[in-house]
Amino acid sequence: MPKHTFKLNGETVTVDVEDDVRVLWVLRDILGVTGPKYGCGINVCKACTSHINGKAFNPCSVQVKDLKETDEVTTIEGLPDTVGKELHPMQQAWLDRDVAQCGYCQPGQIMAAVALVKKVKAEGRAITNADLDSIRNVCRCGTYSRIREAIKQGSTKM
Amino acid sequence: MTPGATRDEDSVVTTDQHRTPTDGVEFEDEQEAVDAAPGGLGRRHFVGYVVAGSTLAVAADLTTGAMPADAATPAAGSGTPIPSAPQIAEAYDLEDLQTQAALPTSQLITIEVDKDGVAHFALPRMEVGQGITTSTAMIIAEELDLPLSKVQVSLAPARPELLFNQLTGGSNTTVSTYTPVRVAAALAKKRLLDAAAILLGGQVALLKSKEGIISLPGGGSVTYGEAAAKAASPSTEKVDVTLKKPSEHKVIGTPRNRVDALDAVTGKKQFSMDLAVKDALPTMICRPPTVNGKPKSIKNRAAVLAMPGVTHVATLPTGVAVRARTFGQCIDAVRALQVVWNRGTVEGMDDEAVLKQLRAAQLPLAVPKVPILAKTVEASFEFMFRSGAALEPNCAVADYKDGKITVWAGLKSPLVAQANIADALGIPQTNVTVNVITGGGSFGHKLFSDGAIEAARAAKAFGKPVKLMWHRCDEPRQGRSHPMSTSRIRATVLGNSILTFEQRHTGVSTDFRHGLGERLTNLAADLPTGLGNLGFSESIFLLTQELGYNMGVVTQLLTETKNQEQFPTSSVRNIYSPDVRTASELMMGKLAEALKMDPVEFRLRFLKEERTKAVLRKVAEVANWGKTMPKGTAQGVAIHKEYKGATATIVELDCRPETVNRKIRDAVTGPRVMRATIVVDAGLVINPRGLEAQMMGGVSDGIAQALTSSSHLRNGSFLEGSWDNFFYTRQWNAPLDFQCVVMKSDSEQPGGAGEAGVASSMAATAAAYWKATGTMPTRFPILHDQTPDAFEVKPFSPPIPESPTDGLQYTY
Ligand code: FES
Ligand code: FES
Repeated sequence: MPKHTFKLNGETVTVDVEDDVRVLWVLRDILGVTGPKYGCGINVCKACTSHINGKAFNPCSVQVKDLKETDEVTTIEGLPDTVGKELHPMQQAWLDRDVAQCGYCQPGQIMAAVALVKKVKAEGRAITNADLDSIRNVCRCGTYSRIREAIKQGSTKM
Repeated sequence: MTPGATRDEDSVVTTDQHRTPTDGVEFEDEQEAVDAAPGGLGRRHFVGYVVAGSTLAVAADLTTGAMPADAATPAAGSGTPIPSAPQIAEAYDLEDLQTQAALPTSQLITIEVDKDGVAHFALPRMEVGQGITTSTAMIIAEELDLPLSKVQVSLAPARPELLFNQLTGGSNTTVSTYTPVRVAAALAKKRLLDAAAILLGGQVALLKSKEGIISLPGGGSVTYGEAAAKAASPSTEKVDVTLKKPSEHKVIGTPRNRVDALDAVTGKKQFSMDLAVKDALPTMICRPPTVNGKPKSIKNRAAVLAMPGVTHVATLPTGVAVRARTFGQCIDAVRALQVVWNRGTVEGMDDEAVLKQLRAAQLPLAVPKVPILAKTVEASFEFMFRSGAALEPNCAVADYKDGKITVWAGLKSPLVAQANIADALGIPQTNVTVNVITGGGSFGHKLFSDGAIEAARAAKAFGKPVKLMWHRCDEPRQGRSHPMSTSRIRATVLGNSILTFEQRHTGVSTDFRHGLGERLTNLAADLPTGLGNLGFSESIFLLTQELGYNMGVVTQLLTETKNQEQFPTSSVRNIYSPDVRTASELMMGKLAEALKMDPVEFRLRFLKEERTKAVLRKVAEVANWGKTMPKGTAQGVAIHKEYKGATATIVELDCRPETVNRKIRDAVTGPRVMRATIVVDAGLVINPRGLEAQMMGGVSDGIAQALTSSSHLRNGSFLEGSWDNFFYTRQWNAPLDFQCVVMKSDSEQPGGAGEAGVASSMAATAAAYWKATGTMPTRFPILHDQTPDAFEVKPFSPPIPESPTDGLQYTY
């Protein structure tokens, strides 16, 4: 079986798995990293949102062979380390606003929020309602309003 | 017969008949028994148990304090409203049924305090996001004087001895567990104080307990952990205990964050599919192309078995199961399987055919004799199928060995799951262990154990442990839905009065075979007003529906088509109420028009109860009812009364073309709720922050059901196969401004929260649409006929879509 090497949450990992297995399953089923959730498997619900080289991506829709050795994959588990703290400011904002209900969508929501704020900041502007409206992550518990508040709060600390 | 008076007697007698010497609901003397009879509220003296053990363990009967509410007396109408006799749900509702259901049995729940001073409690309910582990921890922290961080609430596995008292549904958890949990916690504290008095050599009355430490002023202190061992009892004893007065509460009623919040935001919170059960490999099912089709034969079994990662293939009653090293390989195998299918149960049918069945089943409206000058106002509404799926799909882990099985799953009715799994595998129920795992949402879905039964069957067929999960595409297509329904209403108006209000609700039958039905059978003979003679669903309907207005002769009746096996259905969040209330509140709009009254004024005039009027007045004030709005936008208002509480919602809806026609890829935009205000009176509130969260979720559901989310039946199959087909509220349709006001209540009874926000927000959104566009909507969701244009229907064969490979093109 082919071997695939990439960086995951700061460590280099190598897995023995077929080329076409999607990264979500490599993370969850082979490496036991279960923060990214399955909600659709077709890049729609965004529950699996993680980062690749600091940008949001959906591992359910990427084959493991498309990861390069130098690619850095960050899941919710590795997010605090990216800022060298116990918690990323976005996670803290999520706690302050008590956003989660069932919590199933929230790792993906937080990873999406962090990437969105970074993108908006790189464009040299503050987050707008239109930016928040562009978030595609489904929350079936309907925590949307608290998510909006938390992102606004979190963005001021990033 | 005056229903109120008779029911009052019935419920008290029923309760008394069931009291046994060991059930823990004992009254200290006769006077107290009389005081306590109405609902058992306000009573503070109870009996609990100290359980034999090496550390302190205390118990209370789960049915302690559980008594049906007192029957309501009809409120006197003021002015023109004609008082209506109370409806059944006003005097005795679904909450009462559920709390009363298990009275005859002795059912202990236990709190243990360990050597570290941590209190442990296994809640016989399921957490699905509604926040009951948090509110239960708060209740324990309150009586025990412990910090919230020192209370550990877990979910109890299936406990057959609890009979029908282990069902999470009908927003009933806090209503039914509030008293017993307090009794156990108060008893634990009492024993700890007794032990500390010995350890510190002082009198109990002088001791102070705070944050898990007991101190004797001027004489040292011990921790709960130190006292716990001393407080342990070698034998089980019955002990009297007194609860705190509400005025002494420091935790209950204060806003607290969820106890599992940190785990949720760090990815540590474990759902069923995150559990590491040895050898439990991913398993998925290849499902039929039409609703409820059945597998006949597999044409390429060997070829599929030879695919990478695949370990097993087997036919189950619902499809063909595949086990593989990863879910990705299961998906590939499911897509490769060539299966011959038997016909489904609704072959060839579409929405219109079901509506035709419903119209044929509708009960006639039968207006009682009214004066000849009375004017008739009529309306008729249709509510389409809606998938009830949560974001976490149906799933379960199962491990079968030597005729015994262990299952891990999110189950709101674990006892029924246990019995069904035993049946499915042909093994005794005692050989089935069911572990309840926190669920990624439920909304009624997890009342059933569809995934757990399949996992059990697959584990047995393969002889290997499995981690079975539904593909998202399977959920709207083969999963349980909120049944399609119609509602017809006729009212008669004379002068300034409403003489009659009749509502006939007709639906595809709702599957209640998850335990509540059995409870009802159990109680049938004891139920007030002959409910037992009705079918399950008709009874649930009567137990939940309460119009709440004085409109002379009021009747609300349900008929269901007898097609239980045809469609997979379930009660979805708030059961019948969103549809029934939306219909009746739109009718209130018509009646207000007929009387030339403002919708809020009209409701305040005709509503029966002060609590409902109070939430309505409050929402009108906070949302600035009647303010000037730009053309094409409007406010809509609605009330709802259920779960021992009341809500009122006002939304501001934007129906201007520039909003309705916003372009977002693969989305339905349509009208947008810009602002939503909901006011809730939920009786005694344990955690206002949690209650607000539930209202927020309810509003999100209400908006979805009013505007965008439904399933479309075409040619025997549901078209939807993705979140970009089934248009649940997304961020672009979420209100820009959401506000929830929790009313102060002097009630000592907690009300239900999980479902209470849905109905009034759906109805308010519909009313706002009417006002903004000038057209009263009659089919729901309002965009039902347009939404199929917004997506390309995924193929039915293979039943699930290919996993994309282009994810790296969409990074941001
Ligand atoms: S599971 Fe990856 S986007 Fe839904
Ligand atoms: S918190 Fe449950 S799906 Fe978002």
